[in-house]
Amino acid sequence: MNIDDDDFTLFGLPERFTLDAAKLDQRWRELQTEVHPDRFAAQGAASQRIAAQWSMRVNQAYQRLKDPLKRAAYLCERRGTPVGAERNTTMPREFLMQQMEWREALDEAADGAAVQALQAQVAAREQALLGRLQVLLDQDRDAPAAAEQLRSLMFVVRFRQDVEQRLDALES
Amino acid sequence: MALLQISEPGQASDPHQRRIAVGIDLGTTHSLVAAVRHGVPECLPDLQGRVLLPSVVRYLDGQRRQVGHEARAHQAEDAANTIASAKRLMGRRLADLKGAAQLPYDFVDQSGMVAVRTRQGLKTAVEVSAEILATLRQRAEDSFDDELFGAVITVPAYFDDAQRQATKDAAQLAGLEVLRLINEPTAAAVAYGLDHGSEGLYAVYDLGGGTFDVSLLRLSQGVFEVVATGGDAALGGDDFDHLLAAWALQRSGRQAVSAQDKGALQMAARRTREALTDHAHATLHCPLDGGDMRIDVSREQLETLTQPLLERTLAALRKVLRDARVQRGDVLGVVMVGGATRMPAVRRAVGEFFGEQGHVRVLTDVNPDEVVALGAAIQANALAGNAKDGQLLLLDVIPLSLGIETMGGLVERIIERNTTIPVAKAQEFTTYQDGQTAMAIHVVQGERELVADCRSLARFELRGIPPMAAGVARIRVSFQVDADGLLSVSALETGSGVQASVVVKPSYGLGDDQVAQMLRDGFSHAQDDMRLRALREARVDADRLLLATQSALDADGELLADAERASIGALMQQLRELSSAQDHDAINAAAEALAKGTEEFAAARMNRGIRQALAGRSIEDV
Repeated sequence: MNIDDDDFTLFGLPERFTLDAAKLDQRWRELQTEVHPDRFAAQGAASQRIAAQWSMRVNQAYQRLKDPLKRAAYLCERRGTPVGAERNTTMPREFLMQQMEWREALDEAADGAAVQALQAQVAAREQALLGRLQVLLDQDRDAPAAAEQLRSLMFVVRFRQDVEQRLDALES
Repeated sequence: MALLQISEPGQASDPHQRRIAVGIDLGTTHSLVAAVRHGVPECLPDLQGRVLLPSVVRYLDGQRRQVGHEARAHQAEDAANTIASAKRLMGRRLADLKGAAQLPYDFVDQSGMVAVRTRQGLKTAVEVSAEILATLRQRAEDSFDDELFGAVITVPAYFDDAQRQATKDAAQLAGLEVLRLINEPTAAAVAYGLDHGSEGLYAVYDLGGGTFDVSLLRLSQGVFEVVATGGDAALGGDDFDHLLAAWALQRSGRQAVSAQDKGALQMAARRTREALTDHAHATLHCPLDGGDMRIDVSREQLETLTQPLLERTLAALRKVLRDARVQRGDVLGVVMVGGATRMPAVRRAVGEFFGEQGHVRVLTDVNPDEVVALGAAIQANALAGNAKDGQLLLLDVIPLSLGIETMGGLVERIIERNTTIPVAKAQEFTTYQDGQTAMAIHVVQGERELVADCRSLARFELRGIPPMAAGVARIRVSFQVDADGLLSVSALETGSGVQASVVVKPSYGLGDDQVAQMLRDGFSHAQDDMRLRALREARVDADRLLLATQSALDADGELLADAERASIGALMQQLRELSSAQDHDAINAAAEALAKGTEEFAAARMNRGIRQALAGRSIEDV
């Protein structure tokens, strides 16, 4: 076991998109129980530094595996297709039209109920895209197609966060 | 290899027995120190048997000070020189303070942190807090008749980097070795969790004197994982008192202009609020310049008056649940922390908030004033290596997102709030102009999009970037947050292979020079000769390191080749010899050499630890 091992190896999980979230959480706690600097509090500065490095590495891997978008991007990158979301923004016209519709719906939403309805719609769409992403990565093993799918998903998630922010503002 | 013990007269020969570690709750209104004795955490009382130390420091003529009860007794008559609630000033500038005009102090805005003008000159919250910490340290050392190994100090979960750094600076000034800063709600959960042996999701509702924190924690297999945290850094029991005081003035048509009057009124309001916890009616009685003020208040009036404050706490609770993506019904219990949670209206509101949808237990059986210090003591005991089970582990989060300023005054977030610490994250940026050779990096903390709305933590420049066309240079900015929640930032130009980097400390933190200066400037508990103190500290550190190295060698010595083992042995011998001499610089240098010389050994041990952990598990899984 090495600090430079990939995230899946570090966590002893199969390298695929489908993930047992409970197992991931459990392994994260087990790993931190081994490497957290507090475990070495009375053992000198050198142990502290190394424990901190390990602990950060474990947290980094955990954050990346836990989040479906980050996990997918990591898999695409490992399979030779970096997602490069900030540079490659060509999206299908149909998708862009829907994004615009959603944005308008959010701007025009008069009350919490309207925003919540939109939130449900966006969440359903997000789930559908995640399902297809899983097929592309785990069954078809088509990284370029998965990367494209992931770029769409990133827009949807960004929008969902905007919707949630609006809900926050309405409630407080 | 034989381990040679070096012990000074009066010291125990086994350094293990000297590991006295305490938990300190440095509170807005009062502070406490607790320690684990015979396996049980308990708050340490002063000579009069009092556990609570009022967080009040009075500066008198000459270099005299009063701390705690004595200071509070004179608060009304000498308000301008008697600093209470200093925690609210920690790491803050004047512009950050709401309601500064209501306070009886002569504030002076300094770069970094606001100060109060007293008859002993300017005093910052760091110095005031250091007096309180030093008093508690003395109390603990008297209780155990020994020096402290270290302390865990609690801070509100919502404290930002500047406030945490200020707290650590105060501890350093007080001569305390900080084992860890932990969040108050987390500490409270530890105190409860161990008592109840619970597993599952818990909320902590912590309404202190000056801050309101709410945290969600998941307890599982001895691991306390903070899932999300939030709150209101400018809301506390004091605000309930302010409202009541303002109401009383308005009702009676009176005014409180002088520092004395303001101080007296604030104290009268607190007494009245506390009285209304057990009684339906109370009289607010306060001596003012123009004669005594007496006004009757009912609990109902207080509750109506302070309803908006309570509503703010519930809004924060809702937000934290949303952040964590959990429902109210998922929460098994709510731990109530802080004296202000004794108010019946607070318990009722929290009970109703969760009660609608589930059977949430509102946990109030540990004294809400003591629970944070008790939890900190448990953690301190574990960090000192005294805990037998050793299975307690806290995984905390950063409360506020960290980022840097980009073009147009916008914030690019690098680490999101509620990320588990310790954490490191890097992001690449590029130059904006052709031939640009320097880049200004501005580190901010907060959730808002605009830099102007966030807290500025540090600014620094990366210089010496080779001239290139705009957008070609690759500047890698790395954020690192340690287990105390403290940030360091570095920047590195990677595009051309030329490297330049700088590590910053937040601009609110005091530099080591400043701390040393403050120590020299007659800090009350630093009357020892500085050199002797440095020598003593160097020896204690050397002792610790030797002990740790020896136990590592005993456990995993076979990982080392003979030559490596011999070289470590030589470094240890050198340190042992020097530590009986009088030169603290030489001791520190030898300790550093040993630390460096054992780095690879430590890495090998860590690797083996992980391998064993993983191996153990995969057998389980098969």
